[in-house]
Amino acid sequence: MSAPLLQVSNLVTEYPVKGWRKPPVRVLKGINLDVKAGETVGLVGESGSGKTTIGRAVLGLAPVSEGSITFNGQDISHLSGAARRQVSRDIQVVFQDPYTSLNPAMTIADILSEPLIVQGKGKAEARAKVAGLLERVHLPADAGTRLPREFSGGQRQRVAIARALAMEPKLIVCDEPVSALDLSTQARVLDLFLEIQEQTGVAYLFISHDLAVVRHLSHRVCVLYRGEVMEMGDAAEVTENPKNDYTRRLLMASPIADPVRQRQRRQERLAMAATASTA
Amino acid sequence: MTQALEPATAAPKSASAQRQGLGSRIASSPMAAISLGVLAFIVLAVILAPLLTRFDPSVSDIGQALLGPSPEHWLGTDSAGRDVFSRIVYGGRITLGGAALALIVAMAIGVTTGLFAGYFGGALDSSVDWVSNLLIALPNIMILLAVRAAWGSNVWLSMTVFGVLMAPGFHRLVRAIVSGVRNELYVDAARVSGLSLTRILGRHVLVAIRAPIIIYAALAGVVVIGVQSGLDFLGLGDVTVPSWGTMLNEALVNLYIAPGLMLWPGIALGVVNAALIIFGNSLRDALEDRPRVRRRSTSSAKQSAKKNDAVTPAAPEPAAFAGGQSPVPGFDEVPDGSVLAVRGLRVGYPSADGIKDVVNGVSLGVRRGEILGLVGESGSGKTQTAWAILGLLPSGGRVTGGTIEIAGQSLPGLSKGAMRSMLGKKVAYIPQEPMSNLDPSFKIGFQLVEPLRKQLGLSAKDAKAKALAMLDRVGIADPQRTFDSYPHQISGGMAQRVLIAGAVACDPDVLIADEPTTALDVTVQAEVLDLLRELQKEKDMAVVMVTHNFGVVADLCDRVAVMKLGQIVEQNTVEVLFANPQHPYTRMLLEAGLEDKTPRTRLLRPVDEPLQEAAL
Repeated sequence: MSAPLLQVSNLVTEYPVKGWRKPPVRVLKGINLDVKAGETVGLVGESGSGKTTIGRAVLGLAPVSEGSITFNGQDISHLSGAARRQVSRDIQVVFQDPYTSLNPAMTIADILSEPLIVQGKGKAEARAKVAGLLERVHLPADAGTRLPREFSGGQRQRVAIARALAMEPKLIVCDEPVSALDLSTQARVLDLFLEIQEQTGVAYLFISHDLAVVRHLSHRVCVLYRGEVMEMGDAAEVTENPKNDYTRRLLMASPIADPVRQRQRRQERLAMAATASTA
Repeated sequence: MTQALEPATAAPKSASAQRQGLGSRIASSPMAAISLGVLAFIVLAVILAPLLTRFDPSVSDIGQALLGPSPEHWLGTDSAGRDVFSRIVYGGRITLGGAALALIVAMAIGVTTGLFAGYFGGALDSSVDWVSNLLIALPNIMILLAVRAAWGSNVWLSMTVFGVLMAPGFHRLVRAIVSGVRNELYVDAARVSGLSLTRILGRHVLVAIRAPIIIYAALAGVVVIGVQSGLDFLGLGDVTVPSWGTMLNEALVNLYIAPGLMLWPGIALGVVNAALIIFGNSLRDALEDRPRVRRRSTSSAKQSAKKNDAVTPAAPEPAAFAGGQSPVPGFDEVPDGSVLAVRGLRVGYPSADGIKDVVNGVSLGVRRGEILGLVGESGSGKTQTAWAILGLLPSGGRVTGGTIEIAGQSLPGLSKGAMRSMLGKKVAYIPQEPMSNLDPSFKIGFQLVEPLRKQLGLSAKDAKAKALAMLDRVGIADPQRTFDSYPHQISGGMAQRVLIAGAVACDPDVLIADEPTTALDVTVQAEVLDLLRELQKEKDMAVVMVTHNFGVVADLCDRVAVMKLGQIVEQNTVEVLFANPQHPYTRMLLEAGLEDKTPRTRLLRPVDEPLQEAAL
């Protein structure tokens, strides 16, 4: 077994609290996880679980207070400036909100070619690559001349994916990339994520509050609760036969789109809650 | 199909509007263009002063003093026999040049510090803010007088100092905008893309502050010119060089002999200041115009585009599409004994080409003790239907056809007062965003008690007792504490329970819940759904549950109506609809779900999706 592409070890993230000598708030309390090359690891948890903070820490957007993040054998916990920009070739991001993650004043072609030009590609070369990127995310070739606001949520998310792909990264952090989308749009964007992984072998750190989405896309799943890892393991195992109580609660709380089975699941959940409260 | 195609024609129009740069925006506003033209003309004249004038502005000729306008001296001469026209044109160099210097200094300092303080925040921000507050607290005129006393009356020096004193205004403006832009995800994305700091600030941040800076500078220019001319008018400037303020000072001395001398510098100052103010205001109007247009067109583009997204998989080709789209029989059934009965409801909004219907002939009915799921994607009109039932359509929207009956009472056409007495007692509402539906400035108790007193006529004491009982009923552990809390002190799940308590407090016949669990965590959602189920049974209410989530429908609803593009396409009991969906759209929606799918396989059949999406 080769060394993992991304290794997060005992990661602690703290944010200062306003006020005289108040202790900082600890958002992540010692996270351990790893992502192998070409693998999808799903991070699932509810609001306040710290799932987004882990993604931001990997991207260098959140502080690493303790512990380390190693990427491809290099410690990237405290990189800054030029060294961090060097790593950004290999770690890219797709954010949740497709409406604020694209600069409204720039055309799609400018958005896609900017990282390429910054990495030293010529203008002509960058333009040529933009056409290929648009094709890869199934957007029409003339999309490049338009502005983000001319596109729907699903299409903007495709642009964001194309931007992430521009640098041919080894890892893409996907922070709730489908939770702002309609069901049918979500299905098509999920299909695109799978297709791109098949074609390029990129690894995903896929963050979502939705257990079903994470189960569908991930090889392995990591369940978070209040800044701690509850359970990590094979996707099917964690999402179907969870060992951890919290994971079971999460699974039982997600409604199934089938009235008969949902009634059954509801009764199981209520029974579980009853035994938990009596115990 | 026409609705789905609409963005194809609408998009390019709005696109050209958006793509207008700052320059063409100014050109498209006549007031801004004219005032800018006037300013340019004056500045040009002042720069080309030697070419326009025949007399040296400082050479006096006592024999020629106080002459009226003549072909030789167009505006006459002053008390020392100097040519007034020359002095006006050359005087502009001091007045306008001094103002420009002050603005450049103020912007160089204020914009730079604002940019960095807003972007980095923290200690840098606090320390710069401290200095900026100190500068604001200083009395400007006193400082300028002190500078003059110490170093003499040099206009360039005093305007440099004044520029420093003006810098905090620019600093605050820029800092506020930048700290907002800094939190935009596209700035994070730029950082992740490996952009250097200068490039992020230059390409992504500076663009956002450009226009506000121009507007603020135009108005600040008026202040600078006023102060500078004021100092000169008081005789505190350099009297050896002409400026408009100095000319006013000299005119004052000869006010009784030659009142006309007051006129020309006065006109010059008035025209420049008026042009600056009009330019600033009309540019602001031109830019403020933009968000309004943008919001309207994005939301419609977004909605239509999502409609587009939604129809694609079910639409292999237009002919089959049109044939397969007719609603499934029974779609407009209103069951007998419905306490809420909607028939042929249409809701329209004014648009460029007349009234545009967003709800297009919806019929539905709910009996007591029954929960109807109203399900669809964004832009399907499900929320508009709910708002129409409540009589709470946003401004512009109105019911353009059909009937709504609640407990035998026909709603459209009801007076505002009669409708108000229906709300709460006959029909109640649970919103999607619990937090934004509680007023942050009032305690929760007050917000619960007030409607009870108004609608049920209870005394303050009874209303409080009932509110506490309701809070207890919706599963809030410490009702008194929540009663005394402000909304920001409770969690989102608690807030939704509070709103549910408020909604059912007056025992309504019909409860409209608009995505009541969408903003909540899934474990909280399960609890809230349990609560809704219990309350609905207990009070025997008819409930309309607006949602996009088929899991929620399966969990809670008895019947379900599927909406698409303002119409119900299929309606049935949940058991039948989930087991045997008839309409292609319903099938597509259920198919797009993740239930029973083999992980890491394609969810949808591959279709020629790029072609479809290119239609946008």
